[in-house]
Amino acid sequence: MADPAITVEGVRKKYGGKGGKVALDGLDLQVTRGTVHGVLGPNGAGKTTLVRILSTLLRPDAGRVEVAGRDVLTHAREVRFRIGLLGQHAALDEELGGRQNLEMFGRLYHLGTRHARVRADELLERFGLAGTGRKPVKQYSGGMRRRLDLAASLISEPEVLFLDEPTTGLDPRGRAEVWDSVRSLVGGGTTVLLTTQYLEEADQLADRIAVVDGGRVIADGTADQLKSLTGADRIDVTLRDADQLGAAVALLPVPEDAVTVDADRRLLSAPVTDRMTALSSVVRALEETGIEAEDIALRRPTLDEVFLHLTGDERASDPRVKEAV
Amino acid sequence: MSTYALTDSWTMTRRELAHWARQPVQLLVGLVFPVMLLLMFGYLVGGGRGVTGDYLDYLVPGMLALTMAFGLEGTLLAVTQDLNKGVIDRFRSMPMTNGAVLVGRSIADMLQSALGLAVLIGVAYALGWRAHGSPGGFLGAVGLLLFFRFAMLWIGIHLAMVAGKPELVTAVQILVWPVGFLSNAFATPETMPGWLGTVVEWNPMSHTATAVRDLFGAPGGAPGHTWAAIVWPLALLAVFFPLAVRRFGRLSK
Repeated sequence: MADPAITVEGVRKKYGGKGGKVALDGLDLQVTRGTVHGVLGPNGAGKTTLVRILSTLLRPDAGRVEVAGRDVLTHAREVRFRIGLLGQHAALDEELGGRQNLEMFGRLYHLGTRHARVRADELLERFGLAGTGRKPVKQYSGGMRRRLDLAASLISEPEVLFLDEPTTGLDPRGRAEVWDSVRSLVGGGTTVLLTTQYLEEADQLADRIAVVDGGRVIADGTADQLKSLTGADRIDVTLRDADQLGAAVALLPVPEDAVTVDADRRLLSAPVTDRMTALSSVVRALEETGIEAEDIALRRPTLDEVFLHLTGDERASDPRVKEAV
Repeated sequence: MSTYALTDSWTMTRRELAHWARQPVQLLVGLVFPVMLLLMFGYLVGGGRGVTGDYLDYLVPGMLALTMAFGLEGTLLAVTQDLNKGVIDRFRSMPMTNGAVLVGRSIADMLQSALGLAVLIGVAYALGWRAHGSPGGFLGAVGLLLFFRFAMLWIGIHLAMVAGKPELVTAVQILVWPVGFLSNAFATPETMPGWLGTVVEWNPMSHTATAVRDLFGAPGGAPGHTWAAIVWPLALLAVFFPLAVRRFGRLSK
């Protein structure tokens, strides 16, 4: 990684003085130019604090942060010319219309009045907002607002784009709209740092994923690399009859406490080392005992299994993680 | 850089003007409210004394000063709302001039206050009130009023940034009433108990009202007060302007 788009070294941030809450506890991260880097973590992991520091909104207590090759503390203004920010809450003037918003931001990026107008029309067209006219943003739907917000963060054609939980609070349709927009951006060579609580979102959009917990990066790699962190592939067996789940646990070629049982889906899941041996032994054992299976599948672990594995099992009770599953 | 400071400030001013265009009723209510107060005090309260030309002469400068003082609420509310909206984060993550947000706010608020003065003076004129001083004195009076408003503006900006919560706005909206009324806007301090008269005489707003009365050639004016109507707002600005600017720069801590 000769010339990373984002470098974060040993960044610390504590809120509220003595006895305050530690948000970032020596966080390190490098993001390669032209890639999408997901930052995945539960609520309170420090994701938003990281984005606010990267986008020059917040000063770190310690550590070094460079964005687009410039130090965010000493060259904040130069950094601001090169970044776009999509925060968790819409950063728009709600009283004004979409076009008015984009023109205003364009002028503040010093595009000049005429160019700002052209750029606003371009972006409205691109994000399917061309017909919104003078309607104030406060009357927009959640998805429209998010798209306009994204358009606003792209006015200056930023080298680096920060997306802080871009789909939180959106319905599935709004989420799909935002995902499509992000995918189309990546083709243009923009570097994207994307925070999310949704494993699926990171899996869908990111080239690499940093898992953040307690203000540090606890794992960083491609989705495949992270999946291999939990070690083994898994075998999933779906039974026809939920009453036979207990009996079937003993048939899997692993210690019983390694098997997860999902009674609702009549599903047993267990890590395996040798895929083919495991598959044939399970099939044989099912035939011998006469337990009927609806489906048997070998698969890589899902990101949520990785996530739970990395952050500790107490997170399993976090409803947001469940929601993302 | 410095040319951008101007264009950025103008862009932010245009933003405020666009808000007016979007919410004309809000602007209108802001303009009508002081007129309502003038009518109430002129006819309901002043009626008890008989609405002589003299009381209007006394009341109008007081109402003008009070309108300027109440402008603090509007500034406080607008800045608080801005700070609690996500849009301020976008402004701050952009390469725009830092203070442009505040400059835009100041210009828009001063424009609104100038408009407010014009409306109130127009209504007073229709009621039969006349300025008796020279045209120069008239302009000087308007200048003093707007200068006082400018001091209120920066107090408002500072308060909004210190507390930054909508709850504070409500508290201040209630508090401006006693502070505004503990002045010589409606009655001379001589008619009040001694301690109250002292408080009223110290109220910066009273100095502005007295100076304006003098320049309008109205009763209750005192020639020496013009300096006080300059010094008081100046002192307030000397405290609150640097505090507010520093606070704004520190938002990123």
